[in-house]
Amino acid sequence: MRQRLAGFFRPARRERFCALRDVTFSVGPGESLAIIGHNGAGKSTLLNLASRLCNPSEGVVTVEGKIAPLLELGAGFHMDLTGAENVRVNAALLGLTRREFHARFDDIVEFAEVGAFIDAPLRTYSTGMLLRLAFAVAVNIDPDILIIDEVLGVGDEGFFQKCLEKIIGFRRAGKALVCVSHSMEMVQMLCDQALWLEGGEVRKMGPVNRVVEAYRDSYSKQRATADSVPGVAASVTRA
Amino acid sequence: MAGPGGQLSLPEDLNRRLLNNLEPREWVRPPVNYNKSMTAGAAATTPLVHPKWHGDFWFLLQTLITKDFRVRYRNMSLGVLWSLVNPLVMMGILTVIFTKVFPNPNIKHFPVFVLCGLVPYSFFTVAWTTGTTCIVDNASLLKRLPVPQEVVPVAAVLSNSIHLMIQIAMLLAIVILFGSGINVNWLWLPLIWALNLVFICGLALITSAMHVYIRDTRYLVESANTVLFWLVPIFYPVALIPQRFQHLYLLNPLAALVSELRQILMDGSAPDGSTLLQSALVSFVTLGVGSIMFQKLKASFFERI
Repeated sequence: MRQRLAGFFRPARRERFCALRDVTFSVGPGESLAIIGHNGAGKSTLLNLASRLCNPSEGVVTVEGKIAPLLELGAGFHMDLTGAENVRVNAALLGLTRREFHARFDDIVEFAEVGAFIDAPLRTYSTGMLLRLAFAVAVNIDPDILIIDEVLGVGDEGFFQKCLEKIIGFRRAGKALVCVSHSMEMVQMLCDQALWLEGGEVRKMGPVNRVVEAYRDSYSKQRATADSVPGVAASVTRA
Repeated sequence: MAGPGGQLSLPEDLNRRLLNNLEPREWVRPPVNYNKSMTAGAAATTPLVHPKWHGDFWFLLQTLITKDFRVRYRNMSLGVLWSLVNPLVMMGILTVIFTKVFPNPNIKHFPVFVLCGLVPYSFFTVAWTTGTTCIVDNASLLKRLPVPQEVVPVAAVLSNSIHLMIQIAMLLAIVILFGSGINVNWLWLPLIWALNLVFICGLALITSAMHVYIRDTRYLVESANTVLFWLVPIFYPVALIPQRFQHLYLLNPLAALVSELRQILMDGSAPDGSTLLQSALVSFVTLGVGSIMFQKLKASFFERI
């Protein structure tokens, strides 16, 4: 009886899942690191830790400087408010002071290029416009570290080019970039270093081109083995 | 995305552009003496989440308050008028019941009397309830942006205070309408309301953090509010409470506030000094306890919302 009561009040303890294990890296000023890997490899967990959203259960995360995380499109945005109102809320959340906000508001609007939509409610925006607004705020708060989780993909080419130039200037100015993407072209363009995560552990780390190559190789090998022995896949599904 | 053939699809060239003053280097392990025993020890001393948030707390607070207010009234045609309707309807009903069904000939100006209780009570219940659920309600924001989380319950409570201003203005208008004029003791009003806000912010910090862990907290708060309707002198005077319990009764800052409001607005006298001091003490202790609890509990918010 006592056990049952205890079970009622305390939800059954979930088995501990280790999302990341033995991952050690550093990103210095002017450097950029891409994190690649399959779904569920721990990429986003790593970004959450780097963004100081949560604490590791073991280990140390040291972040020095102002962070601008772009982890999800429209995080902190409210769909009923206008673009301009959301820019203010987001800028304040990311840590701008009142004076900085007033000084940079025009730059943000200009960079976002959403035109007259800046005074329209956010629910009328397209995904690409949301990205423009979010990215414009994030880069204009003058962060030391920009953290991007697979959001640049929804922008059009013109805007992507603009982001790229901004990020280049950014790194020249000695800022750091950490990003996650499944698009290897983008990873190679944005970053000079890459970290390949698999099952929460580092599979390979080093210059971006070499890591991407290895990642692609293993992927095509996997497909080749799956193609040559279809029986394996079938038996798995039956079991 | 960069298509083939465009100038963007030349990663080598671009990386050279990117790195012309930053030579690509072989990966070097960072100079951290990484071993298990050290990191396990460090985990215990890892600073709380958001050790350094480089922002402007007051600007953020003000922005969140105006945001809440705008969101609430954007899609309503009557807008802020709604904040007048509820207390006026309750005032009407309670006045009819306690002057016609159960007559109270001793109380002069019953509508003013009852409104002095209703305005603080309705503000308290709404602010405390929104303050309790706010962390869970803002999960999408708190899981994606590293902001100081305590700003959220405080903003949730204070965003109701614009609402409150309108209701206080209505209360003062009705006081004047019923012939009890303006007196110098009205200067006490900002102080007693500010103390009340401190008290509610403290409560919201406690219950919002609890609500993240135990989602029944919200219903606990709602039940407490229902009980409070009877424990706050809304439709009866404090004098009806037996003398020996009055001290205990007025320990509740909300009951004290109602009693002080009636002293100021209806009797035209200054609020009772000891009651005021006592509710100030209770309010600040609540805020202190709330801040400490919130600081302790916020470390695991991320996993639970």
